[in-house]
Amino acid sequence: MASTETGATSESLPQDPTNDLQSTIHGKARLGDKVFRNLSTGSGTLILVILAAVATFLVGLSIPALTADPEELQYGAFWAYALPFAFGTVWASFLSMLFAVPVAIGIALFISHYAPRRLAQGLGYVIDLLAAVPSVVFGLWGINTLAPLVRPLYVWLADNFGDLPVLGWFFAGPVSGTGRTILTAAMVLAVMVLPIITAISREVFLQTPRLHEEASLALGATRWEMIRQAVLPFGTPGVVSACMLGLGRALGETMAIAMVLSPASVISFELLTPSNPNTIAGNIALAFPEAFGLGVNQLIATGLVLFVITLAVNMTARWILASRKEFSGAN
Amino acid sequence: MKLRLTAALGLSAALLLSACAANEGTTDTDAAATGGSSEAMSGLEGTLSGKGASSMNSAQTTWIAKFQEANPGVTVNYSPDGSGAGREAFMGGGVDFAGSDRAFTPEENVAGASALCAEGAYAYDLPVYVSPIAIIFNVEGVSELNLTPEVLAGIFAGEITNWNDEAIAATNEGVELPDLTITPVHRSDDSGTTENFTDYMHVTAGDVWTYEADGEWPMDSGEAAKGTSGVVAAVTNGVGTIGYADASQAGELSVVKVGQDGNFFGPTAEDAANAVANSPVEEGREEHDLAIALDRGAEGYGIVLVSYALACSEYADSANTDLVKAYLGYIASEDGQNDAAETAGSAPLADSLREQVQAAIDSIA
Amino acid sequence: MTATTMPTTTDNQLTAGQLPRFSAIAMLVVVVAVVAGVMALFGTPAIGAVVIVSVLVFLAAMYALSWAVEGSRRAADRTAGHVVTGFFVLALLPLVSLVFSTVAKGLERFDVQFFTYSMRNVIGEGGGAIHAIWGTIIVTGLATLISVPIGLFTAIYLVEYAGSNKLAAAIRLFVDVMTGIPSIVAGLFAYTVFSLILGPGTNSGLSGAIALTVLMIPTVVRSAEEMLRLVPNELREASYALGVPKWLTIAKVVLPTALAGLVTGVVLAIARVMGETAPLLVTAGITASMNINPFADPMATLPVFVYYQYMTPGVPQDPFYARAWAGALVLILIVMGLNAIGRFIAWKFAPKTGR
Repeated sequence: MASTETGATSESLPQDPTNDLQSTIHGKARLGDKVFRNLSTGSGTLILVILAAVATFLVGLSIPALTADPEELQYGAFWAYALPFAFGTVWASFLSMLFAVPVAIGIALFISHYAPRRLAQGLGYVIDLLAAVPSVVFGLWGINTLAPLVRPLYVWLADNFGDLPVLGWFFAGPVSGTGRTILTAAMVLAVMVLPIITAISREVFLQTPRLHEEASLALGATRWEMIRQAVLPFGTPGVVSACMLGLGRALGETMAIAMVLSPASVISFELLTPSNPNTIAGNIALAFPEAFGLGVNQLIATGLVLFVITLAVNMTARWILASRKEFSGAN
Repeated sequence: MKLRLTAALGLSAALLLSACAANEGTTDTDAAATGGSSEAMSGLEGTLSGKGASSMNSAQTTWIAKFQEANPGVTVNYSPDGSGAGREAFMGGGVDFAGSDRAFTPEENVAGASALCAEGAYAYDLPVYVSPIAIIFNVEGVSELNLTPEVLAGIFAGEITNWNDEAIAATNEGVELPDLTITPVHRSDDSGTTENFTDYMHVTAGDVWTYEADGEWPMDSGEAAKGTSGVVAAVTNGVGTIGYADASQAGELSVVKVGQDGNFFGPTAEDAANAVANSPVEEGREEHDLAIALDRGAEGYGIVLVSYALACSEYADSANTDLVKAYLGYIASEDGQNDAAETAGSAPLADSLREQVQAAIDSIA
Repeated sequence: MTATTMPTTTDNQLTAGQLPRFSAIAMLVVVVAVVAGVMALFGTPAIGAVVIVSVLVFLAAMYALSWAVEGSRRAADRTAGHVVTGFFVLALLPLVSLVFSTVAKGLERFDVQFFTYSMRNVIGEGGGAIHAIWGTIIVTGLATLISVPIGLFTAIYLVEYAGSNKLAAAIRLFVDVMTGIPSIVAGLFAYTVFSLILGPGTNSGLSGAIALTVLMIPTVVRSAEEMLRLVPNELREASYALGVPKWLTIAKVVLPTALAGLVTGVVLAIARVMGETAPLLVTAGITASMNINPFADPMATLPVFVYYQYMTPGVPQDPFYARAWAGALVLILIVMGLNAIGRFIAWKFAPKTGR
């Protein structure tokens, strides 16, 4: 590395004598540049290869289940089996993002713009710690601490809102006897994705150009107005990708859901009952150990469905974001 | 950057930890890996790998520890990935033996089905682990309950919904039953425990329980929790809950006695072993294939889980045959069964069945 | 609890009325008391319900008060401050609860034996997790060694080289898709691949590392891309203007500038996969004995160790649960240590910015 370094800088910017019409300056191809470019491109391509391998694996092992006669399948006809799980996955992730996104952005703002500067570093560290907690421990915490704690609240919600129109769709009873409903699971998921969204959002907010912020404040903006005018617009793309990362984890989280949720094979918006739609990943964890023969293929096919859901969600997000590229520093 | 990070991590870890465990002799793992010299009295050495039912994991842990103590040159690994995974790996030939909560069906167990077994050989289903399944409940002020199979099934089917129901009171004179909603808790994961429990209700409860035996809970109502420990936690933390779990894990929870006509049995090791011993071996099996046709109504505690060790009648690769025989032989011995009963809470096999299992293991080639 | 973090930059008594500094705390106390009192009239309320209603009433009351005294802009500013602070406290609650229960239950077996013994030939009490600690370090280390270079270079490609060509668009999309691979599917993938290569049913540390790599790469790429993108173009242009080649600009200007963020991203990615249980259950498996060879035989890892100690305990259960919690505590401490190292590196080598 050191040898190419000196060689490269000494012969910088040679003029191209053959091009007399345009005054374009061409850099001579340097070894370091070539290696770096190829390494980078290669890595990017490698990722596509890995993903292609995963996709091949998923599709290849799904086909036997998708084409088999429903009679032979361990869990019955495929779509009837997979649909409640697909719904549950989206529903649980949606709920968890509903909790996590505002809270995460709030925390990131608190650390970047509200907390005393000396404290901020430490606070960021504390939140990052949540990422360190293994999913099993989240599961145990969900069962033993959170669920009994929120159950009285659920009873209260069901008593007060269960009979109302619209709200009744979500808060109807009977309330689960153990409190391990999809709402609890979504809370656990939210806590799990918090550190991911917070950490990235925080870094992005901290990168807001100082001048933008000072300009806003100098014009008499309050702190909140400054954040809305300078920090949030600058950070939006970063926050959205942070949310995508968090959503990815929420969609795919396995063990915590498997341990916390009291699942059933239903499609239901009710948040407080013991019969909750299971998620695809959670169901795989629950059923895989005893799956045998075509059952394994059937479970992997549900994994493929999850894969497609993730693809759809991400493409939608990209489409929404497409118009907002101008905030990026590098473009 | 990341190199520094990893280097720093590795360095600090290396300073803190030594790469060998204080309780592991210097020879055993090395000897196991290389097949080198070892002062094992038995002369056995090598690595044996098994995979399968998590229900018998704590028993396997005990068996492995005792067996390795007696044979320091041997390392046995048991991966409690689940019965299905165990049978799958057994078929594929990735393990030396498997554990399963159900026996191979006669259709599955045909000669040549497993890559592990020699040509023309089939699999032995060896019942080695019997565990009573306790019906646990958590109702304040109630510590004892007697239930008939019909009432039990009615509770789990959601037809009996309150603890002060007359059907429950009928068999529990003198017990003060509160006015409290019953929350039945079942396993959310596919499990042999559920399969045995649903089979029990299917056979004994008549019209009340119309579902077939199934490893997955057949209904959408009721509370569900993952694994034995999940059910125990849900029953413990819930209100008015009732569930089913391995008797050894019931802990402090109150346990239901089931039976008919004033003849109620609790999930004791003895009553469970009797129920198994009073059940016949399935008809139409090859010799030494000891799949048990459980008679749920037999004298004793009928809600039992029987887990099998799966082995080949003849191994394709004979390298580990002696190890498999020695290990399974120990498991099926009186010592092995008693060791598991002590530390895993299982029910030791009755002598008659144990001798049949031993005979099968002796015939492995 | 919120008053200490109230804005101080807007102290300007010349132009507007201002609430005294203690007003927020006073309001909070009053609101909680009133709400609890009112709700008690309708029967014993759940604590959670009281808290939720109190917070809503507090925000509304504070906004109204501030609006009346200080004007609408100040009122909005105040409310935003309260909400943001409230969210932070809200996030601390589960954290404190989690850490507290882990530490309280984990300390029981946090002893020398835990760090020097494996579980080989251990029945019931005693034993340790040295084999699982090593397994976690090896498996996660391998996953890090594979995924960080790939992830970092991909991010460099996306930000510095590709611009908006089709390959880059595809990579971005599929990296996002990869974040959605459920951890257990990643495990099954690695398990299947290794089954094809090494024969069915085999477990090894390396297959665990591959499974974790699949999970780790997208996290690394996404966070690294975000961080590189935030490096101001002026820096790159200044570097080019001085005749510095592109790769050196990246290596010496872009990467160091983004260093703090990159390290945070990598540490987060490691932290995330280190606690993964499901993929390691099927790939690395479990063993009671020490195995430091990632290429053969099952390798115990801390999350799997914790999982099985908790899920399939023997009789009595207590020593198993104690080991499980101690294992969880060790795992958290390892990630904390990593985090600290990461922060130290970021602090030591990153160029000083205005903050």
